[in-house]
Amino acid sequence: MASPELHRFTLPNGLRVVLAPDASAPVVGVSVHYDVGFRSEPEGRTGFAHLFEHLMFQGSESLEKLAHFRHVQSSGGTFNGSTHPDYTDYYQVLPSAALERALFLEADRMRAPKLTEENLRNQIDVVKEEIRLNVLNRPYGGFPWILLPAVLFKTFANAHNGYGDFVDLESATVDDCAEFFDTYYSPANAVLTVAGDLDVETTKTLVDKHFGDVPARPRPERPSFAEPAPQGEVRHEHGDALAPLPAIAIGYRVPDPTTDIDGYLAYLVLAGVLADGDGSRLQQRLVHREGIVIDLNAGCGLFGPLEARDPDTFSITAIHAADVEASQVIAAIDEELQKLAQEPPSAEELAKVTARWASTMHKEHDRLTNRTLGLGSAELLFGRAELIYELPERIASVTVDEVSAAAKALRPDSRALLLVKPTGGAQ
Amino acid sequence: MTSAKTHRTAEEIGRTETGPRPLPELGSQKAAAELSTVDTTLPNGLRVIAVRRATVPMVELRLRVPFADPAGTSAGSQHSAIAEILANTVLTGTATRSRVEIDTELALVGGELDAVVDPERLSFTGNALASGLGTVLEVLADVLTGASYPADEVERERGRLVERISLARSQPSVIAREALQKLLYGDHPYAKEMPEADEVAAVTRDDVAALHGRALLPRGSVLVVVGDVEPAEAVSQIGDALGAWQGEGEAVQLPPLPKVSGGDVALVHRAGAVQSQIRLAAQAIPRTDERYPALQLANLVYGGFFSSRLVENIREDKGYTYSARSHPEFTVHGATLLIDADTASDVTAAALLETRYELARLGLVPPSESEVDTARSYAVGTLLTSTSSQGGLASFLVNLVALGLGLDWLVAHPQRLAAVTPEQVAATALEFFAPGNFTGVLVGDAELLKPKLSALGGVSFQ
Repeated sequence: MASPELHRFTLPNGLRVVLAPDASAPVVGVSVHYDVGFRSEPEGRTGFAHLFEHLMFQGSESLEKLAHFRHVQSSGGTFNGSTHPDYTDYYQVLPSAALERALFLEADRMRAPKLTEENLRNQIDVVKEEIRLNVLNRPYGGFPWILLPAVLFKTFANAHNGYGDFVDLESATVDDCAEFFDTYYSPANAVLTVAGDLDVETTKTLVDKHFGDVPARPRPERPSFAEPAPQGEVRHEHGDALAPLPAIAIGYRVPDPTTDIDGYLAYLVLAGVLADGDGSRLQQRLVHREGIVIDLNAGCGLFGPLEARDPDTFSITAIHAADVEASQVIAAIDEELQKLAQEPPSAEELAKVTARWASTMHKEHDRLTNRTLGLGSAELLFGRAELIYELPERIASVTVDEVSAAAKALRPDSRALLLVKPTGGAQ
Repeated sequence: MTSAKTHRTAEEIGRTETGPRPLPELGSQKAAAELSTVDTTLPNGLRVIAVRRATVPMVELRLRVPFADPAGTSAGSQHSAIAEILANTVLTGTATRSRVEIDTELALVGGELDAVVDPERLSFTGNALASGLGTVLEVLADVLTGASYPADEVERERGRLVERISLARSQPSVIAREALQKLLYGDHPYAKEMPEADEVAAVTRDDVAALHGRALLPRGSVLVVVGDVEPAEAVSQIGDALGAWQGEGEAVQLPPLPKVSGGDVALVHRAGAVQSQIRLAAQAIPRTDERYPALQLANLVYGGFFSSRLVENIREDKGYTYSARSHPEFTVHGATLLIDADTASDVTAAALLETRYELARLGLVPPSESEVDTARSYAVGTLLTSTSSQGGLASFLVNLVALGLGLDWLVAHPQRLAAVTPEQVAATALEFFAPGNFTGVLVGDAELLKPKLSALGGVSFQ
């Protein structure tokens, strides 16, 4: 894929900046990625990184509460933020006339957010509603992103619930927020990305104008979250009173994408061979031939591929018929993995996965929000924003033997097995 | 977080020596490039719209076939069940291709093709690398003219569909949607978004094949193609590929809907629910109505975006909800206004109170000039961003065309929004957002909700 020009520079306060001009539509995307996610929140404060993300929208020195939303939307733009294991992102996508405004809004909250008791209490309530909506009041809530790490990992950082426990959320204080901000939201710990309809020189000047005087603070040392892969098969049964059908999630470890990206990509291709499309091996067998599985997925990363550093997860999930034992589904998956381990997939199977990934990446780039966020996270996690343009080619260069080796590495004696059991009785 | 005090206080963080700074003005806005397009009808009656948008080397396809139940009522009708099986098996085989072969052929050009059905239409959505357009069209033509509905595939999908329906109906949002549609439209086919398990079980392969022959028709259908293509070439490619798709008569449009009138909110009990779904609805006007742009802005100010009165009240002020919104929903014949909010059980009644209060306030204390301007800029800006991708433009366009509108409506809409006055917004607010116009459902744990909802009133209990 042709890589469009990228411009990179670093401000004296340490803020890394990526500019990706593209004049195909008069719209522009601005994002800031901070190098802190829910793996960094301390014990007793589960969910804090996400709660703090909410607070960053609640006003700053130049912006009253609600002003951030109003300024973005009255400029014709959209916004959001999201919290991941290793980073937290914020973005605006707007008509390009509003570029300077978006830079101003991001700079103001990077410099001086207003962290108040009233806003904290309000957003704790909002976050609790978010958790009720997405986890507590629905079937398969948090499956597998909250439930599987608790089985696959042992350390608090990797295993805990990133949405947080209500007790922990309610215990959060304004001083916790101040400490979290001062520690992790330093400009030296962030990447600013601007993509779309922009003039490079003008944008450089505007970035410097708005972010240049955000005071420098040290970049926090990033701890290693490394922990050994599981010894044996770690099983956990989870009762779900709202789920009508049983489900399984199998979790494995994958190579560290920051040091061995091509090794990691072999697992990504393996996921496609297993579960992408009616012709993929597990869909064909479990969903269509044997008809024992209703819904099946496989993939790298519980939020998508290449969105976390080590340790990351390869997962296979299946919702299966109630009269089918989980062990039957698991045995069939193991058998298919073993076949791939013994005999590599065909060149045609890889060609299908490669072409579909090329399409997927094109579609991602065509949506400015996704392109902006993709550039920013690749720069933050891998130091290479251009990675998102290189991926189709790198995926295409994964060999059948590498996919076979990846399948071989997904061993039953080093994995997590999560079994979701419906406990709602007649439902 | 109890470490030695090495950080600033929240007060220190929130101020700088310089003090608050002024918001930068907007720069000048470039117009979107004009789109090169061809809009034509093939001899078989299929309308085809091709648009060039070469941002990435991809092409997006949307085929929409009106596919309503010709019976006036869904009571005793097998249509929904047969249509659902059809959508799930139309891509599972033809005289020359198996399910796996279809998937393989598409995958090799980076392509996908899916079919879904709802009470109004059967929709095929696809995309591929632009070089693979021919392949996607070939596969599409093959299934349209020769889907064979292999008996084993139909049988398996029947079983799977029953399970998928039970999965869907375990979701609170689906429970609420089905209850709302039933309340609004009773046995009208529009209300039947999902068949019952016993209806699905009764569907035969021959039923599906017969429905295909009878209802999957080019006349009245539309195909939109957006991407890195030359429109004239794409249209001729489509004509060659889909020319063989023929059929008697015209694809079946949804019959007109009964008008929505105001009434009590019906409580739907869901034992053990920790959150409630509030779903309100009222009659609105279609996009073709000259008052629509004013209604669009009034809706934004009410609950149509984050900076709306409803969200600022029940989320940002009171913390009753994570998600609250209002939005118009269009059919071929008209439109409704829908309000959705999910709230914890103990604040559900209070959230319903505020939701009604904001409805009344929108008419009585109409949107200020600045509220209207914010909504207007948002409407114009998001139209630009949402149609700046191939997929976004294709989806937007196929929806418009189904309502009898086209690309020219999209292009002219910013001017229409620019012309709306605060007085016109106030008039539509007063007429369409009056609390008495609304009816709806509320799904939640009745035991917990009843005392406060009884006190509030305007809620009926089963």
